[in-house]
Amino acid sequence: MSAVTAEQSRDLDRPPSRAKRRKWTSFILPVFTIAMIVYLASPIFIMILFSFNKLIGQRQIAKFTCCTLNWWTELSAIPSLNEAIKTSILVAVPAAIVATALGTLIGLVLGRYRFRGRAPVNFVIFLAIAVPEIVLASALLSMFVLAKSPLGYGSTLFSHIGFSIAFVAITVRARVQGLDRSLENAAQDLFATPFQAFRKVTLPLILPGIVAGLMLSFVLSLDDFVITQFVAGAVNTFPTWVFGASRIGLPPQVNAWGTVLFAAGLLAASLNLFVSFRASRKSE
Amino acid sequence: MGRDLHPDHGELTPVSTGEQDREATLAAATAAAQGGGPPKRADQFLAKRQRRVAYGILTPGAIYLTIAFVVPLILVVYTSLQSGGLLSGGYTFTWAFDNYADAFNSSRQFFARSLLYSGMATLIAILLAYPMTYWIAFYAGRWKSTLFFLILVPFFVSFVIRTVQWNFILADDGVIFGPLKSIGLLPDDFQVLATPVAVVAGITYNFLPFTALPLFVALDRIDVRLVEAAKDLYASRFQAFRKVVLPLSFPGLFAALILTFVPATGDYVNSSVLGSNRTTMIGQIIQTKFLRQADYPEAAALSVMLMLGMLVIAIIYARVLGTEDSTLAAGAAA
Repeated sequence: MSAVTAEQSRDLDRPPSRAKRRKWTSFILPVFTIAMIVYLASPIFIMILFSFNKLIGQRQIAKFTCCTLNWWTELSAIPSLNEAIKTSILVAVPAAIVATALGTLIGLVLGRYRFRGRAPVNFVIFLAIAVPEIVLASALLSMFVLAKSPLGYGSTLFSHIGFSIAFVAITVRARVQGLDRSLENAAQDLFATPFQAFRKVTLPLILPGIVAGLMLSFVLSLDDFVITQFVAGAVNTFPTWVFGASRIGLPPQVNAWGTVLFAAGLLAASLNLFVSFRASRKSE
Repeated sequence: MGRDLHPDHGELTPVSTGEQDREATLAAATAAAQGGGPPKRADQFLAKRQRRVAYGILTPGAIYLTIAFVVPLILVVYTSLQSGGLLSGGYTFTWAFDNYADAFNSSRQFFARSLLYSGMATLIAILLAYPMTYWIAFYAGRWKSTLFFLILVPFFVSFVIRTVQWNFILADDGVIFGPLKSIGLLPDDFQVLATPVAVVAGITYNFLPFTALPLFVALDRIDVRLVEAAKDLYASRFQAFRKVVLPLSFPGLFAALILTFVPATGDYVNSSVLGSNRTTMIGQIIQTKFLRQADYPEAAALSVMLMLGMLVIAIIYARVLGTEDSTLAAGAAA
């Protein structure tokens, strides 16, 4: 008992936030957090594990039997799956580039100027993010049906650019708002034209925001299911193919492909983190 | 675009006032150098030029957003007021408000179920995410960003694939229940998959980042010194939390609530992959009517109702937090 009191009185002398109590209750939250991280990652573990699942048929079952490399060596054995992955990338790359270009311009203007129409533009962007995907999907399909335009690659790309713009815009806007305007003013005082000041000073400073927007829109497009299912017609992307196949049983290659895409995403994100970390150290 | 609409307004001024001052000085200097008119006119000239530049930069993106977002939202309302049938020569616009009554009456139970599932999932997600983000924001120290990154990592995997994996995890003979059943801890007919529990669990899991991110942003923003001050004034750790941290995190809590609840209500992937025909949600009805039955007007009417419901929530939210703050939180969540 006395030990506890001594412990507590010592705590009072220290800065409270750094107080280290050895009471068991102080382990509840960290243990809970670790448990949550494991829980959040569990489908990923299962995905990677089941890419090595030995099974008799060609469809995934819930029982795990160790182990085979078949699904990795026969990664591209399903032509329609390969086609779907190709389509996913052929949509995501141009969608990310165009959405980043358009979204960056919007974000730049919103972060920097006050003008008539600013509040409505902000509100539209807020709505574009907040609206449930299925509502946007229905709306886009209604438009394509009314316009009698064919559903397929084109309508998918068009829609993906549309829903990504808002996300890029807010990412860039946040970056622009955090900018120290006096840097650009200094450049102009040193006889830079507004364009030069923008290119040499502002652009490098907001570049991390633009890169983040580019990656975000790429991932959003690659991952999108609901809108794609509505507007892609007979064309399949990776997620819509997986959804369709899950009705009749998944071929295990899906797990291997999922692992490949996951690793690629992880690599890109780490690279981005590393670059922005170095950039932030350099600017200090 | 906008420039032609408001030719006489000078609202477009740079955000920072320092910029304005400098602009004015510059204008005055330019005017003096040119031996021209009073500085005020030069200032107006510059402001006008800036306005043109701003609208010019905005235009391409604004046009795209209009065509790909605003116009479709108007057209889904238009579609919802059509009548006719695919077999009798297609649909025509007739102000058919009956569609709404029909759609609502036939889908009332699915609306109710969606709200129930999504509400439960939101509540559970907040209860799970709050303690976790609280600990990371206040006590994780130099591990803060690493831990937060670890939370987001799983979401690099496609939404559909994650949900399909839960199907395997929760399966009757899956990696959890299979072994538990074989050692006799669970009865053989124990089932989670294809029940409401599985659907709510799936929604909770899939939308958890939308809950965790605004919470983390809000909690991380709280000045630790306030908590220390409370403790200096003899508040216990719990009291400091209840009286200082919790009230300060209300905006984040509110954002988490909306950003989880709104998208979760329209979700149909979890219910299709993890549920059964007794867990059908409103999203599945809309999807079936649109893609299988081609019953566009009624499907559109359902979408519009869902949209209006969510719009009301979104507007309340924007009123409370301001659109800029709210998109910030939404952006963080994305």
